[in-house]
Amino acid sequence: MIRVAQLGLGLAMAVIIWASFLWARPAQNFVGESSRIVFYHVPMAWVASVAFLLAAWHSAVFLKKRRMESDDAAAAAARLGFVFCVLATVTGSIFARVMWNAYWNWDPRETSIALLLLVYGAYLGLRGAIEDPERRATLAAAYALVAFATVPFLMFAVPRMYASLHPDTVINARGKVEMSADIRTVFFASSFAFLALFAWLFSLDRKVSRRLREARS
Amino acid sequence: MTERPARPGVFGAAAALFRKDLLSEWRTRVSTNALLLFAFAVLVLVGYAVGPASLSPEDRPTVHSVLLWIVLFFSAMTGLARAFVKEEDAGTAAALRLAAPPPAVLLGKLLSNLALLFVVTLFVVPVFLAMMSFELKSPALFLLLLLFGNLGLASACTFTAAIVAKASAKGTMFAVLAVPLLLPPLVGAVMGTRVAATETELSAGLDFVRLLVAYDGVVTTAAFLLFDAVWRE
Repeated sequence: MIRVAQLGLGLAMAVIIWASFLWARPAQNFVGESSRIVFYHVPMAWVASVAFLLAAWHSAVFLKKRRMESDDAAAAAARLGFVFCVLATVTGSIFARVMWNAYWNWDPRETSIALLLLVYGAYLGLRGAIEDPERRATLAAAYALVAFATVPFLMFAVPRMYASLHPDTVINARGKVEMSADIRTVFFASSFAFLALFAWLFSLDRKVSRRLREARS
Repeated sequence: MTERPARPGVFGAAAALFRKDLLSEWRTRVSTNALLLFAFAVLVLVGYAVGPASLSPEDRPTVHSVLLWIVLFFSAMTGLARAFVKEEDAGTAAALRLAAPPPAVLLGKLLSNLALLFVVTLFVVPVFLAMMSFELKSPALFLLLLLFGNLGLASACTFTAAIVAKASAKGTMFAVLAVPLLLPPLVGAVMGTRVAATETELSAGLDFVRLLVAYDGVVTTAAFLLFDAVWRE
């Protein structure tokens, strides 16, 4: 069953990559073919946010129940979230170069993602600085939750207070998806596939952490 | 049967801890001296390099607001990390754990850090304003930003200091952990200060004050909720 799901995900990814470059037409009002990056950039940014939510959730569960499995999950989410956050930053930066002629211009969204990267980095750095597993789990969980409480101020307050060059987000103020049918199909398929990929990596990472802990004890 | 002394309440214990911190700081003045000297060194560097006349008038509000908050931020970084580290270094953390409930410890440390930060602010801001000929059109807005900005700085730094006291490579980790937490209020404070330098109306920059107040409330609440787990670890 799992094998079939993994195989299906691989096939779906292949089809999505093909469709994103060859089937979907480029969107209006974008330079050349640059709109195609939406099929990769946005799902990665979403996964980075979902991973951040998951890390915070499992941190809270750890502080409540004190089970090391929750700490494994929080750490796995943060590690993967960091990778997806880097990918979202890089793809966004490439798009910025094509559209606005600069890799980085401190647009509110770029500022937010830079902050998210910093938080992920700080969290993982803190984990590296504590030897004892129980202590590491507790302190990292506490830090993750405080960071989770402060990040929204930049993610949500600042970008809405200033004009952004960023194209309208998929979830926008008008409450509807403004994409042509072919782009929408590929986009949602790609979002779903990246989430599934994340779920797979997430469970692998948790399994590895559990085995390592069992081997040590 | 001997009567046990009554245990002080949370506020009583916090006040006692605050008094103890002030007293021990007054006896050595290590943190205050280090902070003020650091702040002065940075002020001299900034004042010499940027000075009042080397910028065109339209650039001044932006550059000066950024520099002022950088000076305050780095002074906070050098001074506030000590709050819990010094208890661990002196071996008094265990006694403190027994003597006072966790919220009282956090409140006491928060108050002493806040006091330290306000001392630095009282020193840095007048010197900076004079040195850079930085003129504020709305001093009321500026004072509000300083007040709530410092509250946020102190809350986030005190909580981070509690985490760092249990980790290795304390000095480096403190900056690494505090910067992401402090970026949102600092961005707000810098932008608000720029408004205070260019607009006479208080209401023009009230959005930034609101951002800071909301941030202070959230970060302080989160710190009190989570401190228990950190402190007992």
